[in-house]
Amino acid sequence: MNRFIRGLCLALTLIAALPAQAAIKVLATTADWGALATELGGDKVNVYTATNALQDVHRVDAKPSLVARARSADLLVANGAELEIGWLPVLLQESGNPRIQPGSPGYFEATSALRLLDIPTSVDRSMGDVHPLGNPHVQLDPRNVALVAKALTARLAVVDAPNASYYQSRGADFQARWQQAMTRWTSQGAALKGVPVVVMHKDQTYLVHWLGMQELAAIEPKPGVPPSAGYLASLVSKLSATPPRMILVNAYNDPKAAQWLSERVKAKVVTLPFSVGGTPEAKDLFGLFDDTLNRLTAAAR
Amino acid sequence: MGHFSRIIGPVAVAALVAPVTVRAADDVDALRAEIAALKAEYALRVTALEARIDQLETTATVAAAAPVEPPPPAPSAPARNSSAFNPAISVILAGNYADLSQDPTDYNFAGFMPSGGEIGPGERSFNLGESEITFSASVDPYFSANLTVALSPENELGVEEAFFRTTSLPAGFSVKGGRFFSGFGYLNEIHAHAWDFIDQPLVYQAFMAGQYAEDGVQVKWLAPTDLFLEFGAETGNGNAFPGTRLERNGLNGVTLFAHTGGDLGDTIGWRAGLSWVDLDAEDRAYEDVDSFGSPVVNAFTGSSETWIADATLKWTPTGDSRRRALKLQAEYMERTEDGDLAFDVDGSNLLDGYRSRQSGWYVQGVYQFMPRWRVGLRYDEMDSGSTRIGLVRSGELLATDFPLLLPGSPSRVTAMVDWSPSEFSRLRAQYAWDDARDADTDQQFFVQYIYAIGAHGAHKF
Repeated sequence: MNRFIRGLCLALTLIAALPAQAAIKVLATTADWGALATELGGDKVNVYTATNALQDVHRVDAKPSLVARARSADLLVANGAELEIGWLPVLLQESGNPRIQPGSPGYFEATSALRLLDIPTSVDRSMGDVHPLGNPHVQLDPRNVALVAKALTARLAVVDAPNASYYQSRGADFQARWQQAMTRWTSQGAALKGVPVVVMHKDQTYLVHWLGMQELAAIEPKPGVPPSAGYLASLVSKLSATPPRMILVNAYNDPKAAQWLSERVKAKVVTLPFSVGGTPEAKDLFGLFDDTLNRLTAAAR
Repeated sequence: MGHFSRIIGPVAVAALVAPVTVRAADDVDALRAEIAALKAEYALRVTALEARIDQLETTATVAAAAPVEPPPPAPSAPARNSSAFNPAISVILAGNYADLSQDPTDYNFAGFMPSGGEIGPGERSFNLGESEITFSASVDPYFSANLTVALSPENELGVEEAFFRTTSLPAGFSVKGGRFFSGFGYLNEIHAHAWDFIDQPLVYQAFMAGQYAEDGVQVKWLAPTDLFLEFGAETGNGNAFPGTRLERNGLNGVTLFAHTGGDLGDTIGWRAGLSWVDLDAEDRAYEDVDSFGSPVVNAFTGSSETWIADATLKWTPTGDSRRRALKLQAEYMERTEDGDLAFDVDGSNLLDGYRSRQSGWYVQGVYQFMPRWRVGLRYDEMDSGSTRIGLVRSGELLATDFPLLLPGSPSRVTAMVDWSPSEFSRLRAQYAWDDARDADTDQQFFVQYIYAIGAHGAHKF
C-alpha cells in the first residue's frame, strides 16, 4: 500500500515536472560517483563521467572534451582528498563556470562526507605519491558509499531545489536497497575475514579494511612507485614465511608484476573491477560489489 | 444510562400503542447493530495499530543490529595561524649539459631577422637553466592570482608571468590581466619545464623569440557546447618581439584565437586552433654586417601580422596514460611584415620600404612505450619566403649588405629520450641535427634534468 502510494506520488511528480525543466547536468570525475549520481538523480540528472575504470584517476589529461563538459555542468561530483589534483584544478580554471568552483553548492567532494584511512602524520615526496589528506580510494567500502549517497542526495536537493522531494524519495529508496545488499555482502564476505592478501597499490585498503582481510604487503614499494626486480625478489623471501592466499589487482593495473609474484609465492591473482565498468559484471554500484565479492570468495574457496 | 432509561421508558410505553411499537423496536435493533459494527471496526483498527507498533519495534532492533556505519568525518583541524592563507609555492629546477659542434654565439636563422630573444641551443658544457618559482592562490571569491619569477643563470631575476584571473564571471567568460604568455597556438602557453624537448621549435624561436608574453589583458569565452569551443582576444603594450614598445596610448597590438577540441572514442583526445597576432614595431633593431664585413645595426618599423594554426592529438591505447601514450602535435605559422627598413642606423642611416612573407612549421611525436620512459622525434622547417628590400631594389645597396636576410630554409631534426622516475623528476637526452644557419650542420647533444618541488602543479592538455 505504502509503496503503491509512493510510486503514485513519484509518477505524479514526474508528470508534473515533465514540461517544467530539463535535467541538470552532472560532471562526475570517476565512474563510481557517476554511477551514484545516476542512482540518486534518475532522469532528473544528465550524468557525464570524466574517466572510466581502466584509467588511473591520478593521471588524467585535462582534455578539451572535459573542459567543455565542465563549462556547462550544474554540479561537479569529485572524489576529493587530492585524488584529482593533477587535472581538476585546470579543468575548473578553464571551465569559466562559477557554479562548480570549490565552495559553491555545485562543487561536491565525496570524501568530505567520510573519515579517511591512512592519514599521514608527516608528508614528504620521498615517501612516493602520498596523499596528505588520507587515502582517497574510498569507494570499495559500501558503508562509505551509503554515507556519500546521503550527502549527495542532500546536495542534489540544494542544487536542483524544485525537485528536492524527488531526490529525497530516490535517496531513501537507494538507501533501503543498499542496506539490503550490504547485509548480503557482509554475510558473503564473512568467509574472507582474516584471509592474507597482497595488494597492488594502496587503493584496495578500504576493501581490505571492510572485509577484515589481512594485508601482508603491497607490490608497489611506495605509493605510485613501480616495483624493481630487487624489491620483488625481497618480497618473495618475505612472503615465503607467511604466504598470501591471493594477490589483488585492479582492472586498470598492469598485471605483470602480480603474475610474476603469484608464480613464486603460489597465490592466485584476483583481478577486481575496482570501479564501475572495470569488469563486464560491474555495470553499476551493486554489480561492482557483487562482482568483487564473487571474485574474492571464488578465489578463497 | 439512568437518564436514558427514564426517557426510554415512557417512550417505550407509548410505543406499545399499536403499529408504532413495531417501528420503534426496529430502530433499537438498528442502533444496536450500528454500535456493534463500530466496536468491531475499532477492534480491527487497534489490532492493526498494535501490529504496526510491533513491526516498527522489530525493524528498530534490526536496524540497531545492522552493521555499524563508519564514524562521521572528523572535524578538520582549524586553521590556526596566518600561514593558512599563504599561496601555494612550487619551484622548478632545471639544467643541462650541452655538446655543440658549431659555435653557439653565431647562431641565426638564415633569411630571418634576429629576434634578440632566447634562440639557439644555449652555451656549451654545463649550464644551469632558469629556476622558476611560482606562487598562486585565490585572491578572494572573485579573483585568483599567479606569479612566476625566473632566476636566470646569470643571477638576474625576471618576472616571467604575473597575472590575475577572474573566477566568477558568468556565461563562460574569464578575464586575465597582467603579464602572461599569450593564448595563441599550442606551445606558447606551456612553461619550459613541461616541454617535450629541451628547446622550442625553430618557428617559435624565429617568429616569437621563443615564447610571446605581453603586459595586457585577455578575455576568453568558452561556448556552452559539448564540443570544446573557445574564443579569446588579447591586447596589451605589444612590447615583445615581433612588436616593440610604442610611445603611444591605447591598445598596441591585438591577438585573436579560437580553439576547438574533443574526443575520438575513449582513448583519443584532440585540440586544434587558429590564431592571429597583429603587432606594430618601431625601430626594431638587429645586428648584421654589410658587404664589406663591417658590423651595422639595422632597424625595422612597420606592421607584423602572424597567422598560427595548431593541432594536437593524444592517444592512450589502454586508457591509462601511465602505461602507454602517444602525443602528436604540429603548428604552422605565417608572418607578413610590412614597413620600412633602415640600414646602418648609427652611420649612413638609409631608409626604404620592406615587405616579407615568411612561414615555418614543425611536427613532433612523443611516445611513452612503457611506464616512465618516452621517446620523441621532431622535425622543423622554415621558409624565408619572398623578401622585398627597397634599398636593394633601388640599387642603393646590394643584397649582400643584408646577409642575414639572404634567402634561406632552416631545418632541424631532433630526437629525444626521457625518463621520469615520478611526476616530479625528469632526466632527458636529446640529439639534434640543426640546419638553421646557412653553414654546416650543428650537431647538438644535450643531457637535461628537471625537478619540481613544492605544490603539485596541474598541467594543461
